[in-house]
Amino acid sequence: MKLGATLGKWLDMPVGATRWTWRKFWADTSLAYLFLLPSLAVIGLFSLYPVVQAFLLSLTDYHALRRAGEFIGLANYREIMQDPMFWKGVKNTAIYVIGTVPVTVILALGVAILLNQAIRFRAAYRLAYFVPYVTTAVAVSMVWAWIYHEQWGLLNYALGWFDWLGFKPQQWLLDPKWTMFTIIVIAIWKGLGYTVVIFLAGLQTMDRELMNAARVDGANERQVFWKITWPLLSPTTFFITITAVINAFKVFTELFVMYGRRPGPLREGMTIVFYIYEKAWDDRLMGYASAAAYILFFMVLAVTIFQFWYARRRVHYD
Amino acid sequence: MQQSSVASSPWRKRFKLAGTHIVLLVGAVVMFLPFFWMVATSLKTYQETLAFPPKWIPSVPQWRNYVEAVKTQEHFVRYFYNSFFVTIATMVTEVIMTIFASYAFARIKFLGRGLLFALFLSTMMIPGEVLLVPNFITIVRLHWYNTYWALIIPFTVSVFAVFLLRQHFLQIPFELQEAAYLDGAGHTRFLFQVMIPLSRPPIATIALLKFISSWNAFLWPLLVTDSAKLRTVPIGLMSLMQDEGLKYHYWMAAATMALVPVLVVFLAAQKQFLESVAKSGLKG
Repeated sequence: MKLGATLGKWLDMPVGATRWTWRKFWADTSLAYLFLLPSLAVIGLFSLYPVVQAFLLSLTDYHALRRAGEFIGLANYREIMQDPMFWKGVKNTAIYVIGTVPVTVILALGVAILLNQAIRFRAAYRLAYFVPYVTTAVAVSMVWAWIYHEQWGLLNYALGWFDWLGFKPQQWLLDPKWTMFTIIVIAIWKGLGYTVVIFLAGLQTMDRELMNAARVDGANERQVFWKITWPLLSPTTFFITITAVINAFKVFTELFVMYGRRPGPLREGMTIVFYIYEKAWDDRLMGYASAAAYILFFMVLAVTIFQFWYARRRVHYD
Repeated sequence: MQQSSVASSPWRKRFKLAGTHIVLLVGAVVMFLPFFWMVATSLKTYQETLAFPPKWIPSVPQWRNYVEAVKTQEHFVRYFYNSFFVTIATMVTEVIMTIFASYAFARIKFLGRGLLFALFLSTMMIPGEVLLVPNFITIVRLHWYNTYWALIIPFTVSVFAVFLLRQHFLQIPFELQEAAYLDGAGHTRFLFQVMIPLSRPPIATIALLKFISSWNAFLWPLLVTDSAKLRTVPIGLMSLMQDEGLKYHYWMAAATMALVPVLVVFLAAQKQFLESVAKSGLKG
């Protein structure tokens, strides 16, 4: 009986219902499933089934041309762990995450605080910062490739003005030491406005009275920020950091476009997703690539869990 | 709005305000510069693109670069047609499916509702990259490789969109539904005559989000098509760059054309778009 009640609750069954409500409940249930059928089919086929399928594939040597694979246990995982190219991908992905997320968060917070005042052209500024976010990655990567051009690029020209500070023109796209830098800059440029808008929304929900009261009590602006704004903003900062880190793990398109389908000059800009792409679509080792994808999945999961753990005392939900 | 307890002189205030505007303006210029440079280059002659120091404004705008850019690629017009077709088909299908799914989750009490919704939300945790290989195999097995189906169907459900619209449906008073029910209107009629007319803004937002993500999609369309007849604008752009020689004036013209639809749609509805982004952050 207890089990029945629990099960009923879990399945959203009506409690103490009459025969009439039961009849309506079953009629509603069939209608609801009719409404949900198309969405369920797509989600099932392209989101749920492939999660299982990817794991099963990762235990085989599935090859795209043979369209078949034998069960080989964890051999793919073992081999990936021993591939220096994979570790280069991990290292570069880590550099990318660390290079983009903190800078974006700090710059965006600064801009959001400036915009959170009654100033003119507020909406125009917000729009200007946001536009890069909606643009096509391929198109803007082409534009940036042109800006980075070693001979006629805008960046090297601009560096010429600061010659006296010791800045020299660089081979941005040809020298492997700049590869991650070039795509980090694009990522910050493209993602800044999105982060600004979310921070701004967070700032606007805050109670201004609290800050004004502190100011009346003699707190200076720095104290107001660190003692009130920053702690109150922590759920927003946390949300932004979590999603930004997850997104940064997926770095691929800008690299692929700017470096002509290669992972940077001399393959020095390898990232995890690029590694998966090459294994699956150049080498056609789809079982192997699935194993690499699962490793990516677990890395993202581990980093996310770590962030939740780290944040447990530092994020304040009133 | 910003007031300091210590009475600061009006001069100091003005100074601070000017500083704020200067910082924001410099930032905005940096954000805007790549677009300016793209359009400026697209209107230059070949010689002007190689000028050093660079020319900011071309002396005579070369509008025919745009014609040439279209001509350099045999299928350029086709790419645009494909992108528009795929984007609009995905958007319309998604909106219809989202309306029905959100209504079921928000307004119908049915067997397994909570569990099913949790299952929906759980898919948001999966990085899309994990799904690439098995989904590619599924597409090949369905004989959808090199078809519009492969470009459209996998993107017709967005869990975030279902979440957004369900949230809105929940806010519409339940009394309305009871009144309609007593008048003999069932769920379907109530959905079409009351819910949808009351939900135009969130539906528009969902459509807009899908338009932008669909137009910009790159990796998946690259993987599931290899015929020029089916390729979309981003992939066409990419292959443009592999041509011999430096043709940045043509490439920038092509990039500008690729960005125009998405920018027009975004600017037309930017207010709603920014609101939905702001909302997504407050959930956190």
